[in-house]
Amino acid sequence: MNSGPKVNDLTFQAATVNGSGSQSANLVLTRAIFSMGIPVAPKNVFPSNIEGLPTWYQLRVSSRGYQARTGDPDVVVALNPTTWAADLAGVRPGGAVIHEEVYSTAGARDDVAYFPVPFAKLAKTRIQSDTLRKQLTNMIYVGVVAGLLGIPFEAIEHGIKRTFQTKPKAWQVNVDAACVGYEYWREHFSDRPIQDVLRPMSGAVDGKVLVEGNEAAALGCLMGGCTVAAWYPITPSSSLCENLIAYSDRFRIDPETGRRKIAIVQAEDELAAVGIAIGAGWAGARAMTSTSGPGISLMAEFSGLAYYAEIPVVIFDIQRIGPSTGLPTRTSQGDLGFVYTLSHGDTRHLVLLPGTVEECYELAQQAFDLADRFQTPVFVLSDLDLGMNLWMTRPFQYPARPFDRGKVLSANDLERLGGQWARYRDVDGDGVTYRTLPGTEHAAAAYFTRGSGHDDVAKYTEDAEAYARNMDRLARKLESARAAMPQPLVETGASSSTGVVAYGSTHHAVVEARDLLAERGLPVDYLRIRALPLSPAIAEFVAAHERVYVIEQNRDGQMYDLLRLGLPSDLAGRLRSVRHYDGRPIPAEAIARPLLELEEVQPVS
Amino acid sequence: MSATLNRLGLPRDAYKGAATTLCAGCGHNSITNHIVKALYELGVDPHLLAKMSGIGCSSKTPAYFVEHAHGFNGVHGRMPALTTGAQMANRKLVMMGVSGDGDTVSIGLGQFMHMVRRNVDCTYIIEDNGTYGLTKGQFSATADVGSVQKRGTVNTYQPIDPCAVALTVGCSFVARSFSGDGKQLVPLLKAAIAHRGTALLDVVSPCVTFNDHDGSTKSYSWVKDHDEQIQDVSFIPYFEEIEVDYEPGTTTDVELHDGSHLRLKKLGQDHDPTDRLGALRLIEEHREDGHLLTGLLYIDESMEDFATRERLPERPLKDLAEEELRLGREDFARLMDELA
Repeated sequence: MNSGPKVNDLTFQAATVNGSGSQSANLVLTRAIFSMGIPVAPKNVFPSNIEGLPTWYQLRVSSRGYQARTGDPDVVVALNPTTWAADLAGVRPGGAVIHEEVYSTAGARDDVAYFPVPFAKLAKTRIQSDTLRKQLTNMIYVGVVAGLLGIPFEAIEHGIKRTFQTKPKAWQVNVDAACVGYEYWREHFSDRPIQDVLRPMSGAVDGKVLVEGNEAAALGCLMGGCTVAAWYPITPSSSLCENLIAYSDRFRIDPETGRRKIAIVQAEDELAAVGIAIGAGWAGARAMTSTSGPGISLMAEFSGLAYYAEIPVVIFDIQRIGPSTGLPTRTSQGDLGFVYTLSHGDTRHLVLLPGTVEECYELAQQAFDLADRFQTPVFVLSDLDLGMNLWMTRPFQYPARPFDRGKVLSANDLERLGGQWARYRDVDGDGVTYRTLPGTEHAAAAYFTRGSGHDDVAKYTEDAEAYARNMDRLARKLESARAAMPQPLVETGASSSTGVVAYGSTHHAVVEARDLLAERGLPVDYLRIRALPLSPAIAEFVAAHERVYVIEQNRDGQMYDLLRLGLPSDLAGRLRSVRHYDGRPIPAEAIARPLLELEEVQPVS
Repeated sequence: MSATLNRLGLPRDAYKGAATTLCAGCGHNSITNHIVKALYELGVDPHLLAKMSGIGCSSKTPAYFVEHAHGFNGVHGRMPALTTGAQMANRKLVMMGVSGDGDTVSIGLGQFMHMVRRNVDCTYIIEDNGTYGLTKGQFSATADVGSVQKRGTVNTYQPIDPCAVALTVGCSFVARSFSGDGKQLVPLLKAAIAHRGTALLDVVSPCVTFNDHDGSTKSYSWVKDHDEQIQDVSFIPYFEEIEVDYEPGTTTDVELHDGSHLRLKKLGQDHDPTDRLGALRLIEEHREDGHLLTGLLYIDESMEDFATRERLPERPLKDLAEEELRLGREDFARLMDELA
C-alpha cells in the first residue's frame, strides 16, 4: 500500500476503443464514486473518430477536490490491445493494472500489480444478449474496478440508474453485467492487497452536482432568454446547442398550443449560423450561435459587421486545436487573440472567459445582457476541457436580476420624443446609442443598417470626419463596457513578491498549483481574468507584486501579449509567461515546476 | 378617400426612398419603381416591411424605396441568413430581400439554396444583369455561354440558372421577369409578397454601363427580341372583388395564402404552374432555343413556411417576456436536483 494509491486520492484510467460503449461504463464509475461523497474529476481523451480508435477516460479521485488533470494513472483498465504496451508503461509505480487475460505480461514491469480478467470469455458465457454484448463487456470492468477499489455494489447500482436516467429498461442488464465483474473479483482477487482505497467521505461533495460546461452554458442561454439559436455541428461545441434543444423541448413548448418559444436552426455552415443570429439580434431577439475555432474563422466578416452596425449577438467559442482537422478533440486556449479583434478594420470585441461550469452558466446569461446593453457581439470563450467534461460544482443559482434589454426605443418612446432621435448619436455620453426594432409602429422608427459608412442618423456617407467621429464613439463605448464586464477574481495576502494570472479552465490547475507551491515554500497570490477588455484591477494586482506569471494554454502567450500591451511599461516588465499547449488539459505540475525553477526555490527535502 | 391614397391612406410617395445613386438607365432603378408601385397598391404597412440585401449594385437599392421601413445592407452573399434570423425573431415582418446575380449565384449560392429549402417567408428578388457592376464589368455566373464582355472576352462557362436551382431544392414560388416589363413584374411582385414562403423573382435587369452591348444576352435589345412570356399575369388582392368571368381552359386562377388571387392567362406555352418538372423542362428548352422565358414558372401554396414548420407562436419571439422564457423557480430547483 505504501507505494500504491493513497486513500481517496488516485487516478483511474480506462483504455478502450471508441464506439464500444465505454463512456457509459466510465460514467457509472464516476457517479458511483461521487455518490460515496468522494470528489471526482473525469477527463475524456478521445480521438476524432466514430468507432475503432483508442480512447482513454481518466478519472481523478481527490479528497481535496482538485479537478485539474493529473499525470500518470494509479489504476488502469487495459482493454485495447493496440495501446496495451503504452498503457502499461504509463502506470505509476505501485499501481494496479486490470487487463484482458490474454494480453502478455511476460517480461513486463514488475513494479505494478496485475489483475488479469478474461473479459471476452466472461462476456461470451455470461452475457446473453448478442446485440448488447460489446457494450456490456465494459460494464464487467466496472464490477471488477468496484471490487478492487472498494466501491460498494449499491453505489454501482446508483451509478447505473443515474447514467441511464432516461432508460430504466437498461438498468437490469447493466447491473447484471457489473455483477459478473464484481463476482469475478471476489472469487479471484479479494485477497489482493490493493483493495479498498476508496472510502466514503462526508463534507466534501455535499449538495454538489456534476455538470458539463456546455450543458451549463445551454442552461445559461435558456435562463438568459435566448429565443433564436443557429449553429453548425462542430466538436467540441455541438453539445451546447444539443443541450439547448433538449432543454427547449422540455421547457419552451407551450403545453396548450404546442408552439415553441425558441427557434433553433441547424445552419448550412458557420457563415449562415452567425448571420441568422445577427439577423435575429437586429430584429430584437436574444440570439446566439455556438462554434469552435474553424467556425470562428468563418464568422470573422459577419462579426465585424455586427460590431460596426452595432447589433447584439452572443457567440460561443468552445476552443480546440485547429485549423482544419488539427487535433479537433484536444483542448486549447488558442483563440483568444484572434477572437478579441475578429474582423477586418479596427475592432475590439467583448469577450467573456468562464473558468468554471458555474461561470459557463452565469456568464452565458450575462452575455445576453451585455450584448443588448452595448449592442455588440459578445464572445464566450470556453474550451473542450471545460465544455465536454463533467465538473463538480455547487448547484447553480436562480438568476437574481431581470433581463437588461438595453437602449431600445418603443413607439411610445418615439412619440414622447416627437420622433426626434438618431440611431448613432451619443446622447448619454457613454458611447452607447439608441436603437429601434423593425416592426415598431411609428413613422420615425425606421433607419437603415449598414457597415461603418454612416453618419449619426444612419445615412450612408463616406465623409472622413463622420467616419472618424463614429470610430471614436465606438472606442468610448468599449470603455463603458470595460467597467461593466465581470471583474477579475483576486486572492491576495499570500505573497507580496509573486503573483499568478490565469483565465478560463486553467483556473483549476492554478488552484492546485498554489497549494503545491505553498507546501514547497512559495505561496503566490492569484488573479483570474474573466473578461476582455482588460480590467484596471489587473494593473493594481501587477503593481502590488514584483513578478507576475501569466499561465495559459497556448503556445504564444496570447493573454501575456494583451497584458503587456495594456499595462504601463514599468508594469509590463514584471510579467512572465508560462504556457502549456500539447492539447491535454494543463496539470498543476506544469505550473508549479516552472515557477519553482524561475523563482529559484530550493526543493524541500 | 382621395384616389391617390392607398387602403392605408398613404400616398405613393410614402413608398419612395432616397434618390438612386445607380447609373442613369440602370434596370435596377426600374425594378425599384415597380417595387414602389406594388407595395403602394398592396398597401403594405411600411413599419412592418424589412428590406434586406447583401452587397453589390442591386443590394444598394433597398435604400431607394420605402424610406420609413427598416433596412439592412449586410455582407456579400449573406442576405438569406440575415433574413432568416430576422424572420425567426419577428415572423410578422414582411421580408423583402434584394440581391444580385453575383450576390446570389456566386458568393451566396449556398445560403440562397438553404433559405429556399427552408421556405423562409420572404420575397427574394434577384436583379440579374450577368455582370459585376461595382467592380467594373467582370462576368457573373448567370452569364450565358458565348456572351461577350464589354472588353471582348467571351464567356465559355455554363451559366447557373437561379430559377432552375430554386426548383430543384423545392422552392414554393418561382418566377422570372424583366425590369422593363412592369405589366408583368408588378403583379408577380404582389403575388410574391402575398405568398407565404420563399418567393423567388429572377428579374433580368440590364447593366447600361457594362453589359448592354451587342453580344450580351442581358442587354435591353436582346431581352426585347427574345422575351417569351408564359402567361399574361394579373393580381387581384384579397381586399378587392374578384371578377369571375374568365375563359376556362385558357386562364388559371391561383389563390394565395392571404386570399388574394393570381390570374394567369395562357399566351404561347401550355404550362401548368404546379408542375415542377414541367417548369424545369421549359426553362431548359428555352435556354437551348436562345429565348428568355418569363412569367410564373412554379407555385405551391400548400407548402408550410419555415416559421410555421418550426411551430413558432404567432406572437414574435422578440416580444416574449422574461417570465415566458425563464424557468420558474420550482422547475429550476427540480432541474438542479436531477443533476445531483
